[in-house]
Amino acid sequence: MTQTPHIGVKNLNVRIGDSHLLKDININIPDKSVTSIIGPSGCGKTTLLKSFNRLLDDIPGVNITGNVLVDGEDIYGKHADVTQIRKKMGLLAQRPFPLPMSIYDNIAYGPRIHGAPSKKELNALVEHYLKAVGLWEEVKGRLHGSASSLSIGQQQRLCLARGLAVEPEIILGDESTSALDPISTKIIEDLIIQLKEKYTIVLVTHILRQARRVSDYIIFVYMGEIIEFGPTEEILLNPKEKLTKEYVKGFIS
Amino acid sequence: MRRRKLEEWIAKALMLFSTAFVGICLFLIIGTVVVKGLPYLDWDMVTKIPDGGYYFGRSGGMLNAIIGSLYVAGGATVLGMCISIPVALYLNVYLKKSNAFARFAKLAFDVLFGVPSIVYGAFAFSLMVYLGVRASLLGGIIAVTLLVIPIMVRTLDEVITNVPKDLKEATLAMGATRWEMAKVYLLQIKTGILTAVLLAFGRGVGDVAAVMFTAGFSDNIPVSLHEPAATLPLAIFFQLGSPIPEVQGRAYASALILTVCILIIVSVSTILTNKKRK
Amino acid sequence: MKIRLLKDKVIGTGMLALSVLSVSLVLLIGIGLYLRSLPILQQYSVWELVTSSSWRPMKGEFGFFPFIMGTLWVTGMSILIAVPLCLFTAIYLSEYAPASFKRFFLPLVNMLAGIPPVIYGVWGVFFIIPIVQRYIAPHFVEFSTGYTVLAGGIVLAVMIFPLIVSIVVEVLSTIPKELREASLSLGATKWETVKKVILRKAFPGIFAAIVLAISRAFGETIAVLMVCGNVPIAPQSIFDPAYPLPALLANNFGEMMSVPLYDSALMFSAFALLIIILIFNIISRAILQKIEIRNA
Repeated sequence: MTQTPHIGVKNLNVRIGDSHLLKDININIPDKSVTSIIGPSGCGKTTLLKSFNRLLDDIPGVNITGNVLVDGEDIYGKHADVTQIRKKMGLLAQRPFPLPMSIYDNIAYGPRIHGAPSKKELNALVEHYLKAVGLWEEVKGRLHGSASSLSIGQQQRLCLARGLAVEPEIILGDESTSALDPISTKIIEDLIIQLKEKYTIVLVTHILRQARRVSDYIIFVYMGEIIEFGPTEEILLNPKEKLTKEYVKGFIS
Repeated sequence: MRRRKLEEWIAKALMLFSTAFVGICLFLIIGTVVVKGLPYLDWDMVTKIPDGGYYFGRSGGMLNAIIGSLYVAGGATVLGMCISIPVALYLNVYLKKSNAFARFAKLAFDVLFGVPSIVYGAFAFSLMVYLGVRASLLGGIIAVTLLVIPIMVRTLDEVITNVPKDLKEATLAMGATRWEMAKVYLLQIKTGILTAVLLAFGRGVGDVAAVMFTAGFSDNIPVSLHEPAATLPLAIFFQLGSPIPEVQGRAYASALILTVCILIIVSVSTILTNKKRK
Repeated sequence: MKIRLLKDKVIGTGMLALSVLSVSLVLLIGIGLYLRSLPILQQYSVWELVTSSSWRPMKGEFGFFPFIMGTLWVTGMSILIAVPLCLFTAIYLSEYAPASFKRFFLPLVNMLAGIPPVIYGVWGVFFIIPIVQRYIAPHFVEFSTGYTVLAGGIVLAVMIFPLIVSIVVEVLSTIPKELREASLSLGATKWETVKKVILRKAFPGIFAAIVLAISRAFGETIAVLMVCGNVPIAPQSIFDPAYPLPALLANNFGEMMSVPLYDSALMFSAFALLIIILIFNIISRAILQKIEIRNA
């Protein structure tokens, strides 16, 4: 690759206390496409994802070595500005966590923090991003109502819109549909496919069919190591490694 | 961007300052009590009653107040337990959670919890006047019992709520009556009861306002319920006002004794609660 | 079989009786104190008692205004000092401090929550009074004994430190980690997350903690009795002495029986304390319910 990728990882090791959670991770995440991280529970999928935007920092006893380069800049470097790094990445968590404020303020939260746009600009922003996730028609009458009054599926879309409103380049999803019903899941999946034109997307999932439906590339992680990385079809239909083969067939879970 | 960093920095500085301030204040209290009390602490303090009256006598100890406090707090804790355990069980095991009386009762105990101890003291005093009881050990025990009931009920209430719901269903499914189920609960919350007892006892030992009307004060160790009894906190308060240095010294030593007792009680209950959590 | 059911019934009835009795304690205390304060209420109206500033029991003048103001000044002072310090401390412990520090500091705070008020009073007399007298008051007023609203406020504030800190830390620990991550991942700083998200979410719990702290400070007797100076004049500044209601009650216990109406006047002050606490509890509960509904 000639161009610097959005996310590049070099010799990343993560330890918490005595346990070695991630071992010598080296990978370049392909730009403007969806990459899924798959693997059995507790293998380090979520840890890998969270290492991208330094959400591991606050865990007691954590020790991180190696580099994660975002747009060529080492986010674990001495002069890295953690809030700017996180601004570049939207996070969609396992369950929706609307901030304890109105629907409008949830979207406006990020833009307000990163500068004080005028009321008019904010109104336009809120409308734009709610439309982007297809929520506008459903909530435009109650923008100033509490965000927790929405259904779980709507809340998750609100969280996505909230993340998009800070204009990230990357979207990180941590099993973002695991709390949702099938219809809401479908809506989120469709949105992800739509969004990859503009964003680099990394998803953690334990549902192979979902990985197959939405992703272009797959990373298979096992016991804190990357076993295999490649285009979706190749990993799922024709894996090279024995472990990947066993996992894909459902022997390891 | 700079402004945001500055704000973060200022907030952090304020937090460090506050934590240091709170920590130092609390440390200073223990420090003051130890530094002032230690020189006066001797064997006589805990084995003798004041010689020549608590206010003027230059020698002797505080045994009367120590025993008095144990009697008052001990008696009140036992009485309080006899009342609060059945009440807590009734509200949580016999009644359903949605029961109107249960909800009202919990609210009432919350309110009672916030009522100042001096109000309990004044009420118990009125009650005693009405019944013709003079300031005595009995009066003190009654006042402190009233004070500790809401504390114990609230603590037990929390402990019982933390018992898994399955227990209730499992016992009921076996055809147990509610009383039989209550007995199962009693076994489950043994440590919780101990915590409540320690908490109530600690509060009873330390309280002044409830006993100053009701227990009276005496230089002797009470031998019956109708004799007035001295308590440690009241003894500290009275002796501190004395012009005689030796008497003041007894107040400091008493403060040290009281503090150590309380710290031991609280530590034991903290250890118990932590053990239970694991 | 019959015996088992009978036993269940009998014990249940007994427990019900105990419950009803202890729940009606609120009412019993209210009625008891009211009856005892009836003699003075028949002579003077409540309004007269509460607004008059003249306290001369020997002449039959019972004005509670100075004591009510004294209580408000001292309680207000303590809350003003304690709430910001405790909030910052609790936030530091739960959001910023290393786990090892938290493990060391919190049990210590819990332990100090059990220290009896009289000990805080002793500390106030030996530590706070001289500081106020020598180092603080001279900058503002010409002469002070140190026994002032300020001293009372500081001692009460320190007394409620452990209470507020431990409850607020507990409240903050119930807020899900993911909510913090949600805000952080939007590029908010830690402090912005605390200020705009966590404090908002925790507000009902923090409010409840402060209510409890106010009740505690308001009804505290022995500690304020020892450090406030006890002069029955409504304070005008924090360097004036104060004479809070509970201190009045405690201080005059011995002599009250010999003066006509004195005893009734003191019982009225206990009654007033109870009523104020009740009203305060009810109002704060109503507010809390409103907040919880709005935030739900």
